[in-house]
Amino acid sequence: MPTIKLVNVTRTFGRIKAIDRVNLEIAEGEYVCVLGPTGAGKTTLLRLIAGLAIVTSGRIELNGREVTNIRAEDRNASYVPQQYALFPHMTIRDNVAFGPLAHGFTPQQSLETADEMLKLVRLAHRATAFPHELSGGMQQRVALARGLAGRSPLLLLDEPLGAIDARLRMILRYELRKLAKGLGVTVVHVTHDQQEAMSIADRIAVLRDGAIRQFGRPSEIYEAPESPFLANFVGGANFLEGVVVREARDATMINIAEGFSITSSHDDHGMGDFVVASFRQEGTLILTNASLEENVVPGTLVSTSFLGSFLRCVVSLGRAGEVVAKVPLREALERRLPDRTGELVYVRADRSRIMLFDRPKRPLAVELEAF
Amino acid sequence: MSLSRRVVLFLDSISGSRSARIAAYAIGVLFFLVIVFVPPVFGILLGGSKIFEMLSNPDLLNRGGSAIAASFAIAVTVSLMDLAAGLPMAWFIVRSRSGWASTINTLANIPFIVPTVALGYSVLAFWGSSQGIGYLLGSQFLFSPGWQMIVLLHFAFSYPVIVRVMVGALQGYKEVYETAARTLGASAFTAVRTVSLPLLKPALIAGFLLAFARSLSETGATVIVAGVFENGPVFIRNARVAGQESPLLFVSLVLIIASSLFFIAIRIFAPKMRLPISTVWPRLEKRLSSTSATKSRNLLAFAVFILFVIVPSLFVVLPGAGAVLDGTLYEAISAKGIWSNYWQSIGLSYLIALVATCLNVAAGLPMSVLIARRRSGSAISGILDTLINIPIVVPSIALGVSIGIFWGGVTGVSEFWLLVLAHASITYTYFVRSMIAAVESIPVEVEDVARTLGAKPLMIFRRLTIPLSKYALVAGAIMAFTRSIDETGATLAVAKKLTTAPVLMVDWVKGTVPASSHAIGLGLGILVLTSFASLLVLTIATRRT
Repeated sequence: MPTIKLVNVTRTFGRIKAIDRVNLEIAEGEYVCVLGPTGAGKTTLLRLIAGLAIVTSGRIELNGREVTNIRAEDRNASYVPQQYALFPHMTIRDNVAFGPLAHGFTPQQSLETADEMLKLVRLAHRATAFPHELSGGMQQRVALARGLAGRSPLLLLDEPLGAIDARLRMILRYELRKLAKGLGVTVVHVTHDQQEAMSIADRIAVLRDGAIRQFGRPSEIYEAPESPFLANFVGGANFLEGVVVREARDATMINIAEGFSITSSHDDHGMGDFVVASFRQEGTLILTNASLEENVVPGTLVSTSFLGSFLRCVVSLGRAGEVVAKVPLREALERRLPDRTGELVYVRADRSRIMLFDRPKRPLAVELEAF
Repeated sequence: MSLSRRVVLFLDSISGSRSARIAAYAIGVLFFLVIVFVPPVFGILLGGSKIFEMLSNPDLLNRGGSAIAASFAIAVTVSLMDLAAGLPMAWFIVRSRSGWASTINTLANIPFIVPTVALGYSVLAFWGSSQGIGYLLGSQFLFSPGWQMIVLLHFAFSYPVIVRVMVGALQGYKEVYETAARTLGASAFTAVRTVSLPLLKPALIAGFLLAFARSLSETGATVIVAGVFENGPVFIRNARVAGQESPLLFVSLVLIIASSLFFIAIRIFAPKMRLPISTVWPRLEKRLSSTSATKSRNLLAFAVFILFVIVPSLFVVLPGAGAVLDGTLYEAISAKGIWSNYWQSIGLSYLIALVATCLNVAAGLPMSVLIARRRSGSAISGILDTLINIPIVVPSIALGVSIGIFWGGVTGVSEFWLLVLAHASITYTYFVRSMIAAVESIPVEVEDVARTLGAKPLMIFRRLTIPLSKYALVAGAIMAFTRSIDETGATLAVAKKLTTAPVLMVDWVKGTVPASSHAIGLGLGILVLTSFASLLVLTIATRRT
């Protein structure tokens, strides 16, 4: 039985559809990230599940019980907002004890639970401190402890790592998952950071314009995105628009521009279809010499930038646009890749790694926009 | 589990029900409508045809008309003067790095501490007697009672309103906008005029309205310094003393309507008004920004502050000190002669203030949450938000007349309770405004989180809303309390047998009850001291640890 079940959930604000017919089932103990660009409706979706906003239409079930019209305090789903909203006038310990107290435990029991939770997030030594005395990372852990102390089986996190600096964020996200898994709680974690979602989620629900565009394991979304937007937003990719000119088993040939075509092993498009061919930046190879191999296209190097373990090369393919190749640094050093802009290079992508999409109704640039 | 805890838990658990929430808010709204809003604003209509008898008397009509016009003219003039003099002062207090700034900030509160009746006598003694400014200039006096003295008085007691509002706004204002303008080549003066002032417009409007309302409403002190001149409240008081019912009703009605309309018009149109910023005169404004120009501006603001606000406010100390030396103090303590009435009236004033404040706190809390959190939908909450200001905008003596008629028709309301209701109505706004601001400053997320943790509405109110707004709660209650102690207008209009302290002092000063100047000084001095004590409590209570 799913812990969270949304059936055709819609929420409108005036004429704006903030959430548009969302269906979602999340299993017990699952760690789900809701990923989407700013304004996609992520926070609204979370607030609907928490009961802090009421659906315009549709149904919500939590733990097998319909809660569509149940108030937030009776849903047993703790919500942790972006800025944590720790109660400023209470000590850390009283903050964490608030949930148990609200559920009718005695003050003594509540404080014991609070101490237990604080130990879990390694903040027992700061129990008597006030929220403003703690660093951002500590505040985040207090907010988590408070959310978990009520023994709520469901944790709703709104950008839980958003207010934390980049380095610490990387560490804390794994901790977050470990903590949730250790306690067996179900988590819905809202984020706009695709790396964060990819690295910790069991499954990711990608939200755009209030609708879920794809829901699946990180690897599924990465390997088989359902639209150019998804391919771009999750993982990043190169896009070339063209038309199918030859069709055979495992080999669809797409004409991109005059005298320039590529072949994909995907074969679900027919002759004459307008398509978008897409391949991952990290699956894009840069060659210094011409080759007779398939899918080798000449271009000029526009820029290179150093990204730690990768060299990011931007290559212009003339009228077809630009593609980006992420070359592992080691390989770049060994093969002495060109680094002078304006130099002639060759770009190659394996046919099995070229994905094909129907050409979107709106211009490709608009389809790919992620804000 | 203790009994009290069980009761609290039980109340928490029922507070989640829809009917409990509706009941709490309904009590708040009903109290506002039945006690605070309807009697003072609409009670007057029960006066019936008597109201319009005055229309057939052209002389009275003429007098009433000019009194009302004078009220508005004085209120607008005084508020504009306050803005002109108070703004540079507020600027100095917030921006100056000089050690004087905080001293001046404290001094600027003095006219708040001095009850207006005492202030009225003080202003009269300073500007209008041979012991005051006349002593310095070697003449009898500088002004005689009349409209000039009303302007001087109103300027003094509404000045701190503007300074307080502007200091608050400036402290919350990000100077970075001004800095940005200056790095783009604007002189300091230009930056303030074109960037800061437009951004601070809401505070300017709020300050203007508060000063305006105070000037329009003040009765007791104005009576003291008015002489034969009449503005609206003085006219109503004179009509009441003379037992003329129709002019009393008619002028009250016109004042209620006119001041409400004026207030609503300012609320609606002032935010849309644009300050003229299109032209910049770089040379002139650069000169105005120079150190010497700034210094002379500060000096002028400071001189105005000392001469027109501080000294006239504190002048009452002199006759008060005289009383300590000549044995009046002993008479007062032994409650001989006029002093027995005095102590009774002080007791009555405090009792009325206490009951009225308690009523306002109890009924004002749900109302504050309702308005601050837009619980009744944004339209109705917005309307309520505007309506709660009406009791402080309408001259309190007119409110009192209206309240008297409204409850006079209800048998069994004793004069004491009539006074309590009148005071509750007039002081309500001070408490609720303070609470609304405090509740609005609590992030909604705090309550959201508590709800998802399972907290019922009453628990959120007990554990979060009240602790997080306790300073505003105490401050609002004390403001309502001191305003009640200070109130004369409505009390004059409502009371028949009972006399509160400030009303008694008006009688002493006007000579209705014979009293020596030392006795008056002492009587007012004691009022000032009690008022000072409550402000001290406020300061201690609101000091954050």
